[in-house]
Amino acid sequence: MEQFLQQIASGLANGAIYACVALALVMIYVSTDHINFAQGEMAMFSTYISWQLMSWGLSFWVAFIAAVAFSFMLGVLIERVILRPLHSAPVLSIVVVFIGLLAICNSVAGAIWSYLIKEYPSPFPKSSFGIAGVIGPHQLGVVIVTLIVLGLLFAFFRYTPLGLAMRAAAQNPQMARLVGVRVDWMLALGWGLAAAVGAVAGIMVAHIVYLDPNMMGGILLYAFAGALVGGIGNPGGAVLGGFIVGVLENMVAFAGNQIEKATGVYIIGNGEKLTVALIIVIFVLTVKPAGLFGRVVVKRV
Amino acid sequence: MKTNRRTFVGGLSAAAMLSGSRVAFAQKKYDDGATDKEIKIGHTNPYSGPASSYGVIGKAEQAYWKGVNDRGGINGRMINFISLDDGYSPPKTVEMVRQLVEQDKVLCLFNTLGTPTNTAIHKYVNQKKIPHLFVATGASKWGHYKEFPWTMGYQPDYHTEAVIYAKHILANIKDAKIAVLMQNDDYGKDYWEGFKDGLGKEVSRVVKHVTYEVTDPTVDSQVIQLKDSGANVFFNISIPKFAAQSMRKAANIDWKPAIYLNNVSGQVTTTMKPAGFENVQGVITAAWLKDPTDHQWDNDEEMKTWREWMAKYNPNGNLGDVNYVYAYSVCYLMEQTLKKCGDNLTRENLMHQAASHQKLRVPGLLPGITVSTGPTDYYPVQALQLQRFKGETWELFGDIMHAESS
Amino acid sequence: MPAFPKTWLWGLLAAAFLIPLLRPLLPDLVSDYRLFLVSTMIIASIAVLGLNLLTGFNGQISLGHSAFYAVGAYTAAILMDKLDMPYYATLPIAAVVCFIVGYLFGLPALKLEGHYLALATFALALSVPQILKYKWLEDLTGGVQGIVLSKPEVPFGLPLTEDQWLYYYCLVIMVLLYWAAANILNSRSGRAMMAIRDQYLAADTMGIDTSLYKTVTFGISAAYTGIAGALSASAIAFVAPDSFNFFLSIKFLIGLVVGGVGSLAGSVVGGIFYVLVDNSAQALSTFVKNDLGLPFDLSAYTVFGILLIVLMYLMPMGVVGGVYYLARSMRTMRGPQAKEQATLKQRVSG
Repeated sequence: MEQFLQQIASGLANGAIYACVALALVMIYVSTDHINFAQGEMAMFSTYISWQLMSWGLSFWVAFIAAVAFSFMLGVLIERVILRPLHSAPVLSIVVVFIGLLAICNSVAGAIWSYLIKEYPSPFPKSSFGIAGVIGPHQLGVVIVTLIVLGLLFAFFRYTPLGLAMRAAAQNPQMARLVGVRVDWMLALGWGLAAAVGAVAGIMVAHIVYLDPNMMGGILLYAFAGALVGGIGNPGGAVLGGFIVGVLENMVAFAGNQIEKATGVYIIGNGEKLTVALIIVIFVLTVKPAGLFGRVVVKRV
Repeated sequence: MKTNRRTFVGGLSAAAMLSGSRVAFAQKKYDDGATDKEIKIGHTNPYSGPASSYGVIGKAEQAYWKGVNDRGGINGRMINFISLDDGYSPPKTVEMVRQLVEQDKVLCLFNTLGTPTNTAIHKYVNQKKIPHLFVATGASKWGHYKEFPWTMGYQPDYHTEAVIYAKHILANIKDAKIAVLMQNDDYGKDYWEGFKDGLGKEVSRVVKHVTYEVTDPTVDSQVIQLKDSGANVFFNISIPKFAAQSMRKAANIDWKPAIYLNNVSGQVTTTMKPAGFENVQGVITAAWLKDPTDHQWDNDEEMKTWREWMAKYNPNGNLGDVNYVYAYSVCYLMEQTLKKCGDNLTRENLMHQAASHQKLRVPGLLPGITVSTGPTDYYPVQALQLQRFKGETWELFGDIMHAESS
Repeated sequence: MPAFPKTWLWGLLAAAFLIPLLRPLLPDLVSDYRLFLVSTMIIASIAVLGLNLLTGFNGQISLGHSAFYAVGAYTAAILMDKLDMPYYATLPIAAVVCFIVGYLFGLPALKLEGHYLALATFALALSVPQILKYKWLEDLTGGVQGIVLSKPEVPFGLPLTEDQWLYYYCLVIMVLLYWAAANILNSRSGRAMMAIRDQYLAADTMGIDTSLYKTVTFGISAAYTGIAGALSASAIAFVAPDSFNFFLSIKFLIGLVVGGVGSLAGSVVGGIFYVLVDNSAQALSTFVKNDLGLPFDLSAYTVFGILLIVLMYLMPMGVVGGVYYLARSMRTMRGPQAKEQATLKQRVSG
């Protein structure tokens, strides 16, 4: 029983990581209708920026804010400079550009900061914060931060005029233009926000998985799975999806474990986690592409 | 480079004409890659891709050979060290090695890194009779001098290391129940096989064996499974990132087994510190190199020379990274091997010299560990010493454990 | 895009067949290593052609072709290793296996478009190395250790080296595959494929069985790339799970985009290109460091990444497309057409 609880807790902790990254993915999708394959690498890059700032003497939270702000601007810049001219280009071109960004972010980070893993500090106090033996203080902190970010985004979109304008621009660009919304800038803003959220995700995650250029590689697929499960158009759903994927992943390994204990036969276990994620992705995409909470989009012919 | 036969014959006839009453001077013999002026050495390393953290070894080696050239080379010949990136991808390694051998015409291959990568070129280099020296992997299959007479390993192999751990556990831990965390690839398997061999009849003491992939974000779930097995010994076969994670997690969930950590992750800066010093007291690992963060070597002559070398040739290098000590030691061994060849720089002679070191003292190796090779002993370093983590650094204990084959 | 001028084609083919025979005369130029390198380029071209059939000619984006390449390579490896099958017999079997896998993947892919399909194939590419290491398949696949193979032997005692034979073997296969592809594309089926890419709804309305075409194209595309994988198993004589990771899919993508989306000739160019860049990355990096003085190590992936983005702007039709348009614009600048255009302009303006 104890193991079961611990696996759930650890799954939630991992899920918080996926949820954070999934949130960034959803941001891009909601504002631009694109799936950003480079999200993980961009988040990793931002985390390195914050690490660099800290190694130059800034404190954790100052570096955090600075890195997030920098990522915001970087996101806007990428949208304006690289993606703007491709607005009407075929999907393939856009996908190719994302893959290009992925490759660049990864190799440049490696070139500048080397591939040795770096320790990354945790801002959360060490003791008396977590539920001892089940979930550590940092992981609990990650969950809390993710929920806070989610709440902030929700409030932003729901209650501020800017958020309303962004939603309008994403849902119906033509009409939004007529009403005076500067759609192009809304797209750039969406990218900036997504990059900022990604930076938060990266910084939160780095303490757990240690900072190195390939740290996001494994996480990205799980984040995608989470975003899809929850509904790629729905931030809240994506966060929930991230948690679900985290717990599911551990449960599969746990179940496989128990089966092996009982029967001595190894069917599934720790080695198949990515496969499970793959199956989730394919399953959701084909059976229920809108995920649990997304809206089904009907295209008018 | 013309065939060696022509130069040999030419040299011989020239010598015959010149000798007369003089004592015949040593013949200069060359194979492709060696001339009066230079020696070409080929090397592949993962400078990019998933294993790129080992790229520092390649860079350090480039720096070493530069230093050698600054000092006048080896027997008056400059070293042309050609190091290519294979991204840890076996097909790429094959391409790069063929380029080195057939295009660049190197004399030999040196310290090529990785098990799958070296496996891919194993047959080829032996067919082409290229010395494949001091390969940078701990897999135990590089010492098979009969089938592969041109390939030689360097570091103590994983198998031997795991046997040492197994024997230590059996001798020191009463009623041991062992849990194993293993990276699911060739290096992990090698350790695991050695460990099982070392346990022998007691192999049933392993109550739990779990694996992880390098793409896993965390190994928390695995550690939880291990704790649940009730084990009191934890054999940790993982690379630094996951070693740190697993040891930290074990402490967090109040699991305090006796931990045996593979040498691959035995560094203070990349593993022990990130794991949290308070979580890793008493961890045991085997060592054969001097850890540069270990203060007992602060005034050690060899390490002083090493630090000077770092300052001059690797100013941006991390002084706490034992990979630099590794690179330094293996290059030194290569340098001595080449020196011993003198003017006879044929591949055959190179292999012969590599296989005839007698207790050679290589800087960077722990005191008491030397390099010995022979025609039937293709394992240069086969000794390890155990060390225990205390405070913020390692403390060597016990004797040097030898596993030298005759 | 028009078909490659026929005379050029025959000329190139003749050169491709004859040059390696000059080896005894020019041993340094036509070395075994060079032949081996060109063989890998040929294999790359076949792989890129596979991707092009699906993405360029049929409009279905795939980031997961490394998966099919892996299936082809492993099928061939297992057949050669466990069943002692001769290397040439493994090709048709690998092709069939990959066709089935591709077709099966194409079925759920029917519901996916654009980004979503890219995502699904991305997931496939990421998980393939793990699947290959699956415990139950270990006896077959050799797990993480991989499988060591032998290179194809020169048959009938022909006076060729192993690398020459490998080159001819790959070349013949490539010619056959391209010829088959050209035929498919020039037929009704080919036009249907492209119609699906260009105007899906119109094609559907006109009675083309889009589901069938899409899934079968997926299968054929997978088969092509799978054959490339099977060839590579023979060429490298070794397969291991970690050779087939996502970076391989990125390389195929580069080949596709650089050569020319929707162009047969482009696939050849693309394949040659990505092998060249991959191998020259080192030299490039040294150039950047030593000659340009930048403190960074330029890895191949940075170059690839930048190229991908830049090409989307400057040459979205790839190198072949660029050359085609250049040639066409040069042709229109002189000759009878130009005179006609000039007179037309005159009439219109005044």
